[in-house]
Parts: sequence; C-alpha cells; structure tokens
Amino acid sequence: MKAWFEKHFGKVWMAVVYAFLYMPLLFMVVFSFNSTRQDANFTGFSFRWYEALTKDTKIVEGFWLSVQVALVTGVLSAVLGTFAAFVLVRYRRFLGRTAFSGMVNAPLVMPEVVIGLSLLLLMVGAQNVFGWPERGMFTIILGHTLLGMAYGMVVVQSRLLEMNRSIEEAAMDLGARPHEVFFLITLPNIAQGILAAFLLSFTLSFDDVVISEFLSGPGVNTLPQVIFGYARRGINPTIYAAATLLILTVTIVIISYSVWVARQTRKREREIAAATRAGTTAIQPA
Amino acid sequence: MASSNLSMPGRRFVIGVPYGWLLIFFLLPFLILLYISFVDMGNDINPFKPIWDTSTGLLQLKYENYWSIFRTSEGGPLFQTLYIEAYLRSIWYALCTAVLCLLIGYPFAYFIARSKPSVRPALLMMVMLPFWTSFLLRVYAWKGILADQGVINQFMMAVGLTSEPVQMLYTNVSMLVGMTYVYLPFMILPLYANLVKMDFRLLEAAYDLGTSPFKAFWLITVPLSKAGIVAGFMLVFIPSVGEFVIPSLLGGPENIMIGRVVWDEMFTSNNWPRASALAVVMIGLIVVPLALYYRYTGDAAEAKH
Repeated sequence: MKAWFEKHFGKVWMAVVYAFLYMPLLFMVVFSFNSTRQDANFTGFSFRWYEALTKDTKIVEGFWLSVQVALVTGVLSAVLGTFAAFVLVRYRRFLGRTAFSGMVNAPLVMPEVVIGLSLLLLMVGAQNVFGWPERGMFTIILGHTLLGMAYGMVVVQSRLLEMNRSIEEAAMDLGARPHEVFFLITLPNIAQGILAAFLLSFTLSFDDVVISEFLSGPGVNTLPQVIFGYARRGINPTIYAAATLLILTVTIVIISYSVWVARQTRKREREIAAATRAGTTAIQPA
Repeated sequence: MASSNLSMPGRRFVIGVPYGWLLIFFLLPFLILLYISFVDMGNDINPFKPIWDTSTGLLQLKYENYWSIFRTSEGGPLFQTLYIEAYLRSIWYALCTAVLCLLIGYPFAYFIARSKPSVRPALLMMVMLPFWTSFLLRVYAWKGILADQGVINQFMMAVGLTSEPVQMLYTNVSMLVGMTYVYLPFMILPLYANLVKMDFRLLEAAYDLGTSPFKAFWLITVPLSKAGIVAGFMLVFIPSVGEFVIPSLLGGPENIMIGRVVWDEMFTSNNWPRASALAVVMIGLIVVPLALYYRYTGDAAEAKH
C-alpha cells in the first residue's frame, strides 16, 4: 500500500501538475502554426501568423520599446539591488536601517496597482513643479526599477550571505585596499547573483503590464501593453506566434545560464582544490 | 569590525545611493498618495484641491474619501457599498486561489522532495521555466483554452460529456483557473524548500510503529511543514488580492476586483482623491496579514531558541 502510494500516485500527480503548467505554452506553440484563426482545430501548418507578426507595427514597435526598457531596468535594478543588498548584509548599524529595510522590501508585497498609482501621482506632481518628466519610456523605467531593485536585492543578498567572508579578510590582511577587496574578491563571488538579478528584473520589466499602463504616455506602448490591448478584444494567433518566439528565447537563456552556473561552480571547486593542494605541499616540507 | 572595511565617505555613498532612490521613488510617492486621499476632488484642470484653505490659511483634512468607501450616503448603512463588496470579493478569491494552490502544490512539492536528489534540480527547473516566460501570454492562452469554441469544450463535446459548449470563460471558474495557474509556483517553491529539509526517517519510524501512511502524513509531515505552508500561502494570497490583469482577461463583468476599481476611479471617474483613499485601504488589507505573519514567524523563531 505504502509503496504503491508513493510510487504511482506521486508520479501521476506530478505528471498532471506539469501538464497543467505546460498546457498553455504547448497550446500557443501549436496554434501559432495553425493555418486559420481557429483555436480548437488544427487546420494545417503555416507560417502566416509569423508573417503577420513581422508586419504588425504596433507589436514590433512595442517589442523594441520593451527591450530597451527591460535592458535599462535590468542594469539599474542589478546595480541598485546590489547596493541595497550590500547595505543590508554588511552595515548592521546605521541611522534608519529599519526604515531602509522596510522600504526595499515593500515593493515585493505592494499591489502593482498601488505602486503604479503612487508613482503616477509623483510624476504628475513633478511635471507640475518642474515641467519634467514627460510620461513615457523614462517614467516606465523608473517604475519598473522600483520593483526590479527589490527582487534584485533579494537575489544578491542570498549570495552575499552565503559568501565566505574569510577570503575578504585574508585579502585585507595581505594589504588589499577596501575597493580592491570589493572588485577583486567580493564582486566575482557575487557575480552569479548579480547576473540573476539582472535576468529577473529584465523579465519582470519585459512582462509588466500594470505599472506600464499607469506610467506610459500617449503613443508609448510596451509589448505587454499592446498584447493586453489585443487580448481584451479576442483571440489573435499573431500573439501565439509572439509567445512561441518568447518561449524559445527564454528556454535558451535559462539553459545557457544554468550551464554557465554549473561550469563556474566546477571551475571554482577545481581552483579551491588546487589551492588547497598547493597550500599543503608548501607547508609540509617545514 | 566587519563593517569598517570601507572609509566613511565610501560607506556614506554605498548607503546613500539606494536610500536616496527609495526616499524619492518609494516614500515620496506614498506620501503624495496619502496626501491626495485627504483632499477634495478638484475640477477638470486640477484633479484635486490643495489641503490649505486659501481663504483662511488653515489646514483642512477631508475624510469624505474614506467615508464614501464605507457608506453610500451620510448616515447610511455601513459596509454596504460597491467598494466594500469589491474588497471582500478580492479577499475571497485570493483565499480560494491560495487554498487551491495549496491543495495542488502540497502533494507536488512533497513528491519532488521525495524524489532522487539527482533529478530534483531538473524537476524544479521545470516548475520555474513557465514562470520565466511571459505571465501575460500564459494568461492569454487560457482564454483560447477555455473559450466556448476552445480546446476543452471541443474535447468534451467530442467525448460526449456535453452536447453544448459549457461557458467557462468570463466566469469565476476561468478566473480561478488563471490565478491558480499563475501563482502555483509561488506555493510550490517555499513548500519544497521546507519539505526537502524534513527528516523522513520520522515517517519510517511511524510506519514501523504501525501508523497508517495517511495518519503519519497528517500527524508528522503536515505539522513539520507548517512554516512552508504559511509562507506559500502568503506568497499566493498577497499578490492575488491586488491582481489586475487576470480578472480583466478571464473574469466576468460582474466580478470586479479592487485593483480594477482603483483603476476605474482614477482613469474613468477621474476621482484622484477617492482612488488614493481606496489604494491606502488596500495597503492596509495587505499589511494586516503580513504583520500577523511576521509575528507568527518571529514567535516561531523565538520558540526555537
């Protein structure tokens, strides 16, 4: 009984949940190649929706805007997130630490509608007082970075906490200056986390509808905003084509990232082993 | 000692950059939101009136925006407004989503945790992969799957389960399917992280002593994974309350959630003060369960010491 339960029920349950998770993806990939607008019957193979995709100026423009926004957001979030993580992990005591930690974490739990609304009110206020900024790409980036920074901080923070501080102390004992310690020791050690922070905030930004809807100006629409507009109107297989290309890209990026991480870890382990060996042989003759 | 490895100006810079950013882009917007929630609605040119009465020079807070959330008219019955209904509906659907995610995700996380250590990273990555592809597109796909002429209805009609299409899209069902689908990984990951650390020898011991698998599960596994359950529940519940996209795409017209109400007040009614007041109350809704959560985890951490 126990063995059967563990063996079969588990496998069936997992298969069903994975099917649930992947069904929409599979659905979009299959129907992006459909020859007609139909959603339930596959009437024949064609690339017509991919052709329609390249001709849809709204989607193409939205895509390039989203790429730019997501790139800047990713870089800004990774940098600010690293700063914030560093502050939280390394500086145990400074004025307003609790407030700082609360403010960094808050966007993680704040509804996006509230973030979007409050930032919109800020931008409108700033525009009334300074005549700047116009709502558009710049304001979208600011909004996305607020969210991306919080996620980036969480990722980098966990790397910083895992890191072995004794290497830094050893470098300092050997006379490295603080900034040298940071750039030569700390940064390479948390590089994986920073890259993950970049990827995560890039994805969040590339995917965000709500904050963009609040902060974008007339005629400035990110890809998700365009898709959201289409989606409210009905079924459009062009979007399935866009989705298929996105799924392909994400899969490639994730797999390359995992391979890179695995290779880095192995390299580091080899180096540590070599250093330990060298260390022991150096000590032994004495 | 450890924190003194940067000179004072360097330290100030490292703290100052993210701190300054947060003060300008987090705290200031929130204060503006709070401010606008306490003023009167303005006219077409100015969406809200200043808080200073220009004739008397006095500060005047207006509570009407908050009152109007709780009652339709002066002296009218409390808590019988569309706003309160929207808040309650949002909480209710967020709870349903969290419960569904728990029911589906718990066994799933449990089986991953009990699978061979060598396959676990791959199994987890398969959970994460859809999460990295566009959330909007995945929700959109459900529209096609659940539509009257969609895959599921066609399948059911082909098998003979039903002769006419069953309406699933634009109902509570489609909305809950979408929300459960999107938030399921947020439940699975904390549960897995908790379950994988569990000592399964405790279960073996219980079996040896003659406990049935179900009873052992209920008496040992579940209590030990309480922290994971609570964490997963919060991670699903909190973003679900404010969800805007899924109800707009999959929900019915009668099921307006509070995120949508805020949006409509802001852009359709152009009532900035009321939209702000609604948003402030919404923050309150999120803060209360969070505070309880931190108290609970804080107590648990203390109890361990």
